[in-house]
Amino acid sequence: MTGLWTLFYKEILRFWKVSLQTILSPVVTTLLYLLIFSHVLEEHVRVYPGVNYTAFLVPGLVMMAMLQNAFANSSSSLIQSKMNGSILFILLPPLAYWEFFVAYVAASVVRGLVVGLGVGLAGLWFTAMPFSHPLWILAFALLGCAMLGVMGIISSLWAENYDQMSAVQNFIIVPLTFLSGVFYSINSLPPFWQGVSRFNPFFYLIDGFRYGFFGTSDVSPLFGLSIVATCVLALSLATLLLLKSGYKLRK
Amino acid sequence: MLPAIEISQVHKRFGNVQALRGVDLSIQQGEFFALLGPNGAGKSTLINILAGLALADSGHLKVLGHDVRTDYRAARRSIGVVPQELVYDSFFTVREMLKFQSGYFNLRDNNAWIDELLESLGLADKADAYVRSLSGGMKRRVLVAQALVHKPPVIVLDEPTAGVDVELRQSLWAFIRRLNREGHTIVLTTHYLEEAETLCSRVAMLKQGEIVALDTTANLLNRYAAIQVSVRLDPPRLPDVLQPLLCGQEGEEFKLSLKHHAELENVLYALREAGIRVVELEVSKPDLEDVFLKVVQS
Repeated sequence: MTGLWTLFYKEILRFWKVSLQTILSPVVTTLLYLLIFSHVLEEHVRVYPGVNYTAFLVPGLVMMAMLQNAFANSSSSLIQSKMNGSILFILLPPLAYWEFFVAYVAASVVRGLVVGLGVGLAGLWFTAMPFSHPLWILAFALLGCAMLGVMGIISSLWAENYDQMSAVQNFIIVPLTFLSGVFYSINSLPPFWQGVSRFNPFFYLIDGFRYGFFGTSDVSPLFGLSIVATCVLALSLATLLLLKSGYKLRK
Repeated sequence: MLPAIEISQVHKRFGNVQALRGVDLSIQQGEFFALLGPNGAGKSTLINILAGLALADSGHLKVLGHDVRTDYRAARRSIGVVPQELVYDSFFTVREMLKFQSGYFNLRDNNAWIDELLESLGLADKADAYVRSLSGGMKRRVLVAQALVHKPPVIVLDEPTAGVDVELRQSLWAFIRRLNREGHTIVLTTHYLEEAETLCSRVAMLKQGEIVALDTTANLLNRYAAIQVSVRLDPPRLPDVLQPLLCGQEGEEFKLSLKHHAELENVLYALREAGIRVVELEVSKPDLEDVFLKVVQS
């Protein structure tokens, strides 16, 4: 297990050494969203009864920051090491494909949680938050970060340059995150877009995460959890198969 | 005793290019072995497959009896590879890189050996410097240290002295020689053929994915490399009996090609018999470059 632990520690150290960019910067960016949207919409939008818009927004922004940073962690680390050739330092040692997988996903989860915690704590400065079901909060946070960590691995395995990598980030991850109900409840959408949103797994992550705070959600949290867990499992199995085959790593 | 490296019938194709065509090779433990060939001959492909960086289409490769696919953990613990490209992770210092590399090989407390490596490779005062801040030669030393961090019994160096200054080259070879004396098997690819000739006891030459020559360095030199003798004669003419040995003439200087040093006595005898005096004589030593050119161009 020393190999796995070392790779995990290396990945943690990698983002920690540039924490201004990897932690502080996303926290500040997310707080700007909070500042602007809550200022503009606080008096005009009421999503859940008894919950002000700023409080509604905080869990969505926390989850959005966690998802984007978990994705960024595994994807940027792998694509950089693929591009500059230093990937061979982890391909030459006797690390198993599953150790590779666990280390990268676990580091992504840690980065996602650290950024999420930063955004959450700063959000408390804007508004008081209830914590109705802390275990649901934790479950959706962990699964969300893990899912995006895994997606980061798949994308960086597939991408052959930074351009392709940024295409995945900008054309898949960002739209899926923004259209998942961070800023609104899907019940406020027309029926067609409500239907479409239900095919977006990020929606269940944000909805379930929000349930943990307010005890209210658009769909049953158990149903959301099962959808999310299935997605994580399926993506993980696919990634493990790719890593085992050496896809775009071992020529 | 198990061979250090055993390669049998290895084929590898990249698209339309057949990089390796049924390579067979066995390298014994303790050997200092050279793998030579022109660019694109398949040397790096073979090393990459051996190290697990690439996968063979067919064939088997073993390191100290461990198959590189089915028993990859033991195979990779047995081999250390110094890659050709100057690669580094810009986030970390030299010592951090060596500690990580130790950890990947399941070595928890490897500080004593890391310190020894840093000292031996002249990196001690750069231990806490970021690898990205080092010169090319220093980065190369870090790559060597990384390859040796788990004390592999088999060490593969892919063009380790490319673009490296003379001082570093000398100190690197002194260190590698020491490792070889201590029992490590060394496999080397290089474009500096005099390095291979000086250091390696056995040589394989690859051409278009096939091994076209495999023997001890001495045998290859004897078999392929002619000894060239340049003579100035008085009077300036070559007796008929020596005409078959003539391989060139520059003014009054005759160039003769001999297979063995022993033939020189016959040449001198023939000249004496013909009443011709030797004014000037120069014997050039055969080198691996001659062998390489003959094998590759044949």
